[in-house]
Amino acid sequence: MTTPDSGAQHGTVTELDRVTIRFAGDSGDGMQLTGSQFTATTALFGNDVSTLPDYPAEIRAPAGSLPGVSGFQISFSSGDIHTPGDRPDVLVAMNPAALKVNLGDLVPGGAIIVNTDAFNDINLRKAGFTEDPLKNQSLQGYNLYEIPMSTMVVGACEGLGLSSKQVELTKNFFALGVMFWLYERSMAGTEKWIAEKFAGKDAIAEANRRALHAGYAFGETTEIFHTHYRVAAAHLPPGTYRNITGNEATALGFVMASKLAERDLFLASYPITPASDILHQLSSYKHLGIKTVQSEDEIAAIGAAVGAAYGGAMGMTTTSGPGMALKAEMLGLAVMVELPLVVVDVQRAGPSTGMPTKTEQGDLLMSMFGRNSDSPIPVIAPATPAECFTMAIEAWRIALHHMTPVVFLSDAFLATGAEPWSIPNVADLPSIKVENAPASDKPGFRPYQRDPETLARPWAVPGTPGLEHRIGGLEKLDELGTVSYDPDNHHRMNLLRAEKVARVARDIPPTEIYGEATGDLLILGWGSTYGSIRSAVERLQSRGKRVSHAHLRYLNPLPTDLEAMLKNFKHVLMPELNAGQLRMLIRAKYLVDAVGFNLVRGKPFQIGEIEAKAESILGESVEAAK
Amino acid sequence: MTQSELPVLTKKDFESDQDVRWCPGCGDYSILAQTQKTMPTFGVVKEKIVFISGIGCSGRLPYYMNTYGFHTIHGRAATIATGLKAARPDLMVWVITGDGDALSIGGNHLIHAMRRNVDMKMIMFNNRIYGLTKGQASPTSPIGKKTKSTPLGTIETPIIPLNLVAAAEASFIARSVDTHSEHLQEMMQRAGEHSGAAFLEVLQNCNIFNDGAWRDFTDKSVKEDRMLVLKHGEPMIFGAEKNKGIRLNGLRPEVVTIGENGVSVADLWVHDETDPDATRTQILSRMWWPDFPVPVGVFRRVPRPTHDQLLVEQIDGAKAARAAKGPVDLQKLLASGETWTVE
Repeated sequence: MTTPDSGAQHGTVTELDRVTIRFAGDSGDGMQLTGSQFTATTALFGNDVSTLPDYPAEIRAPAGSLPGVSGFQISFSSGDIHTPGDRPDVLVAMNPAALKVNLGDLVPGGAIIVNTDAFNDINLRKAGFTEDPLKNQSLQGYNLYEIPMSTMVVGACEGLGLSSKQVELTKNFFALGVMFWLYERSMAGTEKWIAEKFAGKDAIAEANRRALHAGYAFGETTEIFHTHYRVAAAHLPPGTYRNITGNEATALGFVMASKLAERDLFLASYPITPASDILHQLSSYKHLGIKTVQSEDEIAAIGAAVGAAYGGAMGMTTTSGPGMALKAEMLGLAVMVELPLVVVDVQRAGPSTGMPTKTEQGDLLMSMFGRNSDSPIPVIAPATPAECFTMAIEAWRIALHHMTPVVFLSDAFLATGAEPWSIPNVADLPSIKVENAPASDKPGFRPYQRDPETLARPWAVPGTPGLEHRIGGLEKLDELGTVSYDPDNHHRMNLLRAEKVARVARDIPPTEIYGEATGDLLILGWGSTYGSIRSAVERLQSRGKRVSHAHLRYLNPLPTDLEAMLKNFKHVLMPELNAGQLRMLIRAKYLVDAVGFNLVRGKPFQIGEIEAKAESILGESVEAAK
Repeated sequence: MTQSELPVLTKKDFESDQDVRWCPGCGDYSILAQTQKTMPTFGVVKEKIVFISGIGCSGRLPYYMNTYGFHTIHGRAATIATGLKAARPDLMVWVITGDGDALSIGGNHLIHAMRRNVDMKMIMFNNRIYGLTKGQASPTSPIGKKTKSTPLGTIETPIIPLNLVAAAEASFIARSVDTHSEHLQEMMQRAGEHSGAAFLEVLQNCNIFNDGAWRDFTDKSVKEDRMLVLKHGEPMIFGAEKNKGIRLNGLRPEVVTIGENGVSVADLWVHDETDPDATRTQILSRMWWPDFPVPVGVFRRVPRPTHDQLLVEQIDGAKAARAAKGPVDLQKLLASGETWTVE
């Protein structure tokens, strides 16, 4: 809790284990920047951190309006944390709309820091306030800190010759300065960032720097804060760390996969929220030899990736749900011609355009089955932002070794959320190299002659003498690969395609279980729900509950050790940010009466919600036992 | 392999072991034969040649070529060729498509492949009908055309393929006819020699669902008078008597008779394939029987850097710029931004 002790002297320090702050303002107020700067500094300080950016799809919704509110939540701790926090302890509200949208989430007695200058009649009306909440008693249950930020930055930026609009834009750095003081953070990282970002624009850089310092000084010298807070560094395992988002980790994972496979990476992509940052990042790596194409549409993007894969490169594409829907037919072709391919789906709330910037886990069944006919594809999903790195390499390892397209299911929360990442030693990462089919001077090359172990077919790339052959979407004659309409052959080929994907299960690590291998309740999750589930299970276990957590990274094929694991628990609970997609698969495959916990609000589960659901199941089971 | 070491290949080397399964009498047989005959002339080893097709009768052609071949999905051959050529600039990439495949379902990819100048040679078989699906209207079917799906006649204005690709900045544009085998061979040859996106429209007859689609002007008995064979640097003259020509009046073409009304050869439009402005290419592409003779030949051929060349150039430039700062260290790349160490 960050609520100041009312009796504390100014300048005293209060020790805290964990703090959750939400920065909120207009989309033009720079809240994402403020949040990410606070995150970078906090990570560098050594806290464990977890973040949740929450911004509207509109680039600039009307200023001051409720839909235009952009938020960034960060939780940081001296201990190990897995989520950006259920409810903020501190709300920084840059205008009335930000206050209105976020107040309900704040913990009772939490702190509110507002820019009073934005609380004018127009903004209050736009936010739907009939009277000024700062002036009536409606915020009585909170600790309210009123700071005229816009006025303060006008003073700080005097003499720089900037327009009043330019000066007003620095107020987010003022707010950041206040927060840096409150939580004993250094301003050095942000000062460096300002100097780099505004290089050549000296007056703007100086204005932002002054605003930052003014905020810090305000905290230090004014009487409104009775104390400031200390959240000691976390005891993370030894290593070199950086702060990383899921999209950054995904892009770096693909760069590393290309290195480990000793093969060129080719990305074709069509811009789509929240996946575009992967395209941006890989496009900036031309010096690493990575080829990228911004395609004319989603279909062209996966088409170009298939073309590159046919040519022997690591062809891949990145998208989100609506784009994934468009790629279905080409994915089917990749299944038929059995070429390695990685498709990244950074899931977002749907159906249709849905809520483009909000998270969801709704594309699992589409990834599994969203193609004509039986068309099996391995599907994997990282559990945390940093894990996107290793799972990106995994996606390629499976694609290359099993000659198959692979779907990598990230989501908006993983993509834009951040956490500290223990940077691996490149030299320690194992090779994932595979060889092309060698040139031949004998006639009769068989493009569908399979590896007896994996059932992978040879990768016979154009340019290889003696392997000239034809492939395509029409059914293949087993081994020879020529067109065949033979009924039994088609049946056999369908079985072979299924078996090839099923055998990927021989090639994946065992499923880890957190807690006892038997018990009353197993909470089974996948993807970005990891943090909320793990935190809930930690709390339940600390209260002596016989609850364990398993988290699936491999969704197709499912791990072979899963069935026994499920059957060692009285109950199985499956929280998912969808209507129960993985649960449908688990129930069908294992005949386990898994119970769902399904919320689709465009945001992650709160720890407390999962905890309460688990308690209700355990409670009912206690009742039943009586 | 140097040029002198290249094996001498013949048409036979490019014939695959698969039985050709187009309808007897289909124009595709001629196109396939000319394709197989042309391939040995490029001096490219056959393992470096790739044929990519979409869906439709034309889509079967790669199965009959003894090269690398990829029969893909409807309308998307250009996308696959784009990725293949970007990944493998060393390959010679041919795209085989049809009027439905390229202009309807694949229309978007066509224009973008052309504007990017992807180094692919696209041969579009235009029979003004959907053949493989047994006879529906295509985007080049003439207005009023009665088909199974348009029993009262189409109400849609057809696309002029060459006009479209000219607007999309294609760097090589040509037209030929399936039965005019020598001319077709020559056009394939020239498409193959072009560096960049080449678009060759072949007027092809579907004797089952749209027999005689082009007969009005391609038939031997009338073609001299009703078609115009374009030749670079030469005045546009046609007719069995070689006495008719095209004069350009501002931006309006006119059919004139040499020797009448004081018209001489010097008044005729001289064809320039290399005209950097595509306006005249588009004027030519819109000339159609019976108002005009139908032009065949190379409409446009302009030099332009290809997509793969520019992509490789950017990569080489970025690598060189980076190399000046010392070798690439992936460990450092992973650790970019602020880092901290926990002991």
